[in-house]
Amino acid sequence: MDSIDDKSAFRNKSAFRIPQSALIRYVLKPTVFLAGLGPLVWLVWAALTNNLSANPLSDLTIETGTWTLRFLCITLAMTPLRRLTGWNWIIRFRRMTGLFAFFYGSLHFLTYAIVDRYAGLDLTNGYVTASVLRELVKSVGEDIYKRPFITVGFTAFTLMVPLALTSTAGMIRRLGGKRWNQLHRLVYASATLGVIHYWWLVKADIRRPLAYGIVVATLLIFRVWWSRIRSTATWKKAPAPVRRSV
Amino acid sequence: MLIKPASGIRSSEITDKKLYLNRREFLRATTVAGATAAAAATGVFGAGALLQAKGAPHGRKLANVKKGFALNATDKVNAWEDITSYNNYYEFGTDKSDPAEYAKNFKTEPWTVTVEGECAKKGVMNLEDVLKGETLEERIYRHRCVEAWSMVIPWVGFPLANFIKRCEPTSKAKFVEFYTLYDAKQMPGTRIPVLRWPYVEGLRMDEAMHPLTILVAGLYDEVLPNQDGAPLRLAVPWKYGFKHVKSIVRVKFVERQPLNTWQQQAPDEYGFYANVNPGVDHPRWSQSTERRIGEFLRRRTIMFNGYGDQVASLYTGLDLRKNY
Repeated sequence: MDSIDDKSAFRNKSAFRIPQSALIRYVLKPTVFLAGLGPLVWLVWAALTNNLSANPLSDLTIETGTWTLRFLCITLAMTPLRRLTGWNWIIRFRRMTGLFAFFYGSLHFLTYAIVDRYAGLDLTNGYVTASVLRELVKSVGEDIYKRPFITVGFTAFTLMVPLALTSTAGMIRRLGGKRWNQLHRLVYASATLGVIHYWWLVKADIRRPLAYGIVVATLLIFRVWWSRIRSTATWKKAPAPVRRSV
Repeated sequence: MLIKPASGIRSSEITDKKLYLNRREFLRATTVAGATAAAAATGVFGAGALLQAKGAPHGRKLANVKKGFALNATDKVNAWEDITSYNNYYEFGTDKSDPAEYAKNFKTEPWTVTVEGECAKKGVMNLEDVLKGETLEERIYRHRCVEAWSMVIPWVGFPLANFIKRCEPTSKAKFVEFYTLYDAKQMPGTRIPVLRWPYVEGLRMDEAMHPLTILVAGLYDEVLPNQDGAPLRLAVPWKYGFKHVKSIVRVKFVERQPLNTWQQQAPDEYGFYANVNPGVDHPRWSQSTERRIGEFLRRRTIMFNGYGDQVASLYTGLDLRKNY
């Protein structure tokens, strides 16, 4: 992942202008935050107003999963975009988009657990009892163990948990930039497994998982390519303030 | 019985079967009957609008549909909207909503069915002749998709056995092969090699002759909507949905077991028999439960989709684990 000490890039140039930092903090970040909630708001609205298909529960599962992948792609695109454009400020949105990926991933897992697993349990003795919860955990566990595409999807989700937990400034400080960066490379694995998970579940039409595969592959290959040019003599000419690994 | 004949429709308003099969005759009949408004509508909106306006809420009403089939499913029947908006019909696209959208202008008239292979009565039949002399009957069947969802559908059709008898298959005919229309012009989904086109399905002769196996021409007492496989599709209620081949243009009697499209696509996941079987999982998901469209809690999937009493004997001695 990228270096995190890039505060210098945001210092305001003139005392008479609104500092870029404030613009980002008070205008752009809230906007992006609301936009990130958009898919959820749309899904809830569509579900309540009967605007989903005849199988709305399947739609909820599919849509939350797709948005997880989309946010992973957006998050992975931040660094390449910054490198190619020199827009260093863009990195300040990365934590938020990453957390949105985790947020939709959590919703996806939750939907699956309820719609696919819970709804398949024998609930004749009550809907929420200790034994039902035990059965639910067992059912989810068995499914993760038994079905490779669920195993892969669950792994992709699990890998995001430590990243979400260490996303705070305090955790970055505690871990130290270098170790934090190393840990957060797990997102590469998460996105890759997410694509495999999607690919594995479609019946015949692989065009959509293929599209996500190409996007994720491109974003990862960029990092390899970038570290290659940096390791050669030309690296000093690179536009962005890079000091650490990709 | 959950499906009642539409009330408040005078018998004079119900389109005669012969007439619905022949649009030109139908239009003439309407005009002769003095329906001037309808005739005007024909001029303005075309025949489609007129036919839409007559007899049934969504399309064309089928007359004299026989009711009261003894094995009708007693579960709540799925709504017309469910059955016509959530379809797997890859010829029109792989999203469930694609068929309803892209099959809108699909041309089902004129329609011919080619009969060939091991039979005496080879040839090209008009759809009218396929249906001639057949009593259309309502069959409320449970429909179980291999993707683990299900519906209850009031098909209108007649036994495939009747049709097969008319083709006079020879003793060499051990299987029947069905082909869906492959027309890239009308079927945008076939422009992409998602599956091998045309779509092929097959049944063993005894399965095809079974009284539960029907050729479907209608839904909810109306002419079958395009997205559901108009004008002629198969329903084999104890098998997964992909066996229910749609818009049939060719029927071929063969000696050897056909290679059906999904088996060809992924032989480890889809077999020839495709009997609903909660004990044999799809390699990627469980078949032990199913989501009935419109319900939250999943239902236990029943062996042979609940038609075991009628069909289990077809498979005695056959290892259904191997022959999935």
